[in-house]
Amino acid sequence: YSCKNTIHLQYVNGKKKKTIKNIHCLSVFIFLCLNSQGVRKSYREVIDVSWGDPHRAGVKPLSFVRQVLAACLYPQLMDGDKLMVDVKQRAQRLLETCAGGSVGSYSDTAGIPQIIQSVSEYILRRDGGVPCHPENIYITPGSQWALTVTNILKVLVNSEASPRTGVLIPVPCHSTTIVSLTALGAVAVPYYLSEERGWALEVEMLQQALDSAKGVCNPVALYIINPGNPAGNYVQSRKCIQEVIHFAAEKKLFLLADEVYQDCVYGKESEFVSYKRALAEIGAPLSDTVELASFHTASKGLMGECGLRAGYVELVNLDPAVMKYIDNLFSNSCPVLGQVALDVMVNPPQPGDPSYPLYLKHIRASLAENVRRVEEVINSFPSFSCQSLEGGAFAFPRVFLPPKAIEKAKAGLQPDTFYCMRLLEEAGLLFSPGTEYGQMEGTYHIRFCIMTPTDTMEEILKRLSTFHKQFMREFILFASATERETK
Amino acid sequence: MSSMKEVNPMVLGIRDPVSLQSLAARITEQIAQGEQKPFQRVIDVSSGDPHRAGMPPLSFARQVLAVCLYPKLLKESSFPVDVRQRAEKLLGACNGGSVGSYSASSCGIPQIQKSVAEFITKRDGGVASDPEDIIFSSGSQRTLKLVLHLLSSGQGPTQTGVLTPLPCPHTLPILLDEVGVKLVPYRLLEERGWTLELEELHRALKAARRHCEPRAIYISNPGNPTGHVQDLKTIEEVIRFAASERLVLLVEEVYQDSVFGQDKKFLSYKKVLFEMGASYSERVEMVSFHSISAGTMGECGLRGGYMEVINMDLLVKNFLTSMQGPCSPPVLPQLALEIMVNPPSPGDASYEVFTQEILQKVETLTQNAQRACEFLNGVPGMSCQQAMGLYPCLHLPAEIIQEAKRSGLRADVLYCKKFLEEEGVCLGPGSENGHDDENYHIRLCISAPAAVLEDVLKRLQSFHLRIQDRHH
Repeated sequence: YSCKNTIHLQYVNGKKKKTIKNIHCLSVFIFLCLNSQGVRKSYREVIDVSWGDPHRAGVKPLSFVRQVLAACLYPQLMDGDKLMVDVKQRAQRLLETCAGGSVGSYSDTAGIPQIIQSVSEYILRRDGGVPCHPENIYITPGSQWALTVTNILKVLVNSEASPRTGVLIPVPCHSTTIVSLTALGAVAVPYYLSEERGWALEVEMLQQALDSAKGVCNPVALYIINPGNPAGNYVQSRKCIQEVIHFAAEKKLFLLADEVYQDCVYGKESEFVSYKRALAEIGAPLSDTVELASFHTASKGLMGECGLRAGYVELVNLDPAVMKYIDNLFSNSCPVLGQVALDVMVNPPQPGDPSYPLYLKHIRASLAENVRRVEEVINSFPSFSCQSLEGGAFAFPRVFLPPKAIEKAKAGLQPDTFYCMRLLEEAGLLFSPGTEYGQMEGTYHIRFCIMTPTDTMEEILKRLSTFHKQFMREFILFASATERETK
Repeated sequence: MSSMKEVNPMVLGIRDPVSLQSLAARITEQIAQGEQKPFQRVIDVSSGDPHRAGMPPLSFARQVLAVCLYPKLLKESSFPVDVRQRAEKLLGACNGGSVGSYSASSCGIPQIQKSVAEFITKRDGGVASDPEDIIFSSGSQRTLKLVLHLLSSGQGPTQTGVLTPLPCPHTLPILLDEVGVKLVPYRLLEERGWTLELEELHRALKAARRHCEPRAIYISNPGNPTGHVQDLKTIEEVIRFAASERLVLLVEEVYQDSVFGQDKKFLSYKKVLFEMGASYSERVEMVSFHSISAGTMGECGLRGGYMEVINMDLLVKNFLTSMQGPCSPPVLPQLALEIMVNPPSPGDASYEVFTQEILQKVETLTQNAQRACEFLNGVPGMSCQQAMGLYPCLHLPAEIIQEAKRSGLRADVLYCKKFLEEEGVCLGPGSENGHDDENYHIRLCISAPAAVLEDVLKRLQSFHLRIQDRHH
């Protein structure tokens, strides 16, 4: 197990010497500098868009969900008219599902039954009537890789087996994947997404990945992220999904479909189709035999309630005997408040409900505007190239770094990490370097979250543009570092 | 298609949970659908879940959390001033001022780590606690799992073993299975009120070394399910034992604020460790666990807990902190933890109500413990040690034992099942706590309103007598 991207830098800060371990630590350090020492920077505060954390970036939470949660925690709030009728009704209904009428009680290990029912109804609606059985749904404390996928994989992966178990994962992919797979004793088998085609998934790449695994490990599962992270640009088409399913069926791979950004699709030609639905539409025998686990969460999408930690997994076509063991593994109940948030996510206010107007007036509008501005600004630089954004919460543009910058970086840092560290120090913007996600050799990318208030995004783009121009000038025009220092 | 033969052998090895709670849920469902039963509703006292049993939450905690969730309430004058001030302070500690953001670090929110460290320092009479040694997670079980993962290795004779009390918390055996660690029991002495005896530790360790590699010893103090509170002499003996045998101490102290009504006082292992001098306090590796699920908070559904890591090698500790890396602990329970370690002080607007609520709980628990113990000791065929936990020993008629054998159940599980079906009360069978021989026990949580407990006791008495009569 190795820590990816561990960077050691010694910064002397007056009395204390701190060892900075990675880019996130650097940001905390800079934050402290700004606040305590009066160190002069051209910016007042660091804007952190390195996580998929809209609230951190300044997006306000959905009022309805917060009101319901507050009422569940402190039912006395429902006295009088402080809260709207639909809030009270929802809170009351949910409190009745809790043991002792309190969110402080343990819930059933799979989740509160009535909430599971709500989730299954949501799935049914979303998939145009494809049946959904509550017994196949488990509510889990958010973070797919921490618990949900890990639990499924625990069943599939035998860490003592030889050859070792393999899982196909996309490149680029969010960093927790590799870490978690390694911790389980599995081998990550990369398949490359095709950047030139807007980060499309192509079945030939899946086959190439399988070929590369021969003699190295035994692949049992295929992990898909749709819409993608970090490359949300590509929202898989129905045709693509069906091809993937056929491939998985043929090669006997367990499909792990990470669909947490299903609510974030904004490309005009794009439509989210769930793997489950596509599978059902293919029909028998595949629809009865291909094994699928699909994941969703309240942390992403429009709710963005990462701190509440709530998600669910739906399991399709698993052997009932195997389900019993899955059942045993999901033995740690999910926080009740997280489940409440999940209920709101799958069952939001409807037209006609008193809370509906406020619910609508939310992030959706600003997201569309952000996408437009990001594409506009980024694509105006020849040294940037950004595939058109169709879904997900991030932009993942490619940056063409000048040879001198790459050289300068080589002394211990990946070039894109070097770019991001400079970006942080000089412009107060915290992005994530593409190295953390995997990329084709010799290419460099940066990732940033686009779910922010529109004025924050303007500020981000402004700082990025200024920094980028300076950075490029520095490494293209000046022949050596010393020349820069004398300026 | 994955079939049974492809399932990871370690997963197959996880023992099946006893499913009394699902039976309880089914019966509740039946009642809701109008089926007639000899009782109105199911009372579940099998786990430490006070709210489920009807104990009210602490108002201050709930008010602060509600405001944190919905900050518009900061302007709500019906909330006491100190509630609003605390919520403001806590929101300031959250990224983006929202409980919906990820925690700043994978160990938790720094200001809250600091609060917890201060609480521990004060509790231990000045023994310093470093905020960097505090790691949050969603419940003490999860934090325990993280540590066990580090310790777990090997197979067969090299498999890691953990010395575990008998009886132990009922969730522990399954947890150890999941991590692939061998449970090595050391018996607590029932006749003396469930004390921990040094000779028994030695015996258990020696026996364990024959078939696994014991690397840690798990302590529950105050004991779960027994309620026994360890004295200074015992704690010192255990620490010396752990030091000389090079075992990591895993000390679960989640009931530390539920010690009252006796001449006993809670002593933290850390404090005792540090009073034993540098040769121990600088070498013995210890992890102590606490959570908001137990004690007077009783907020099991919020899932919050922390561990304090003492004398752990820095490199190992780094692994521990990064293991939780991608999944930072939920924010709201951390806020609840902050409230737990930093309750209202004298002079604060909420202080009186808060103190009253705590006093009420203390009274209820103390009375419950005493009443239950006396009562059950008066029931022929039952005997109960006096403590804050209720874990009576049962004498079961031979016919029950045989019926159990025939149905493939353990006798105490069958007993609890019948009790649930006939009287609508869900208890915990001692086999979940590790008692898997003829030493039958049942487990009841006393954290319930007095009237509820009275009802449970009466029903238990009548059921137990019926059972014994039936089979004469």
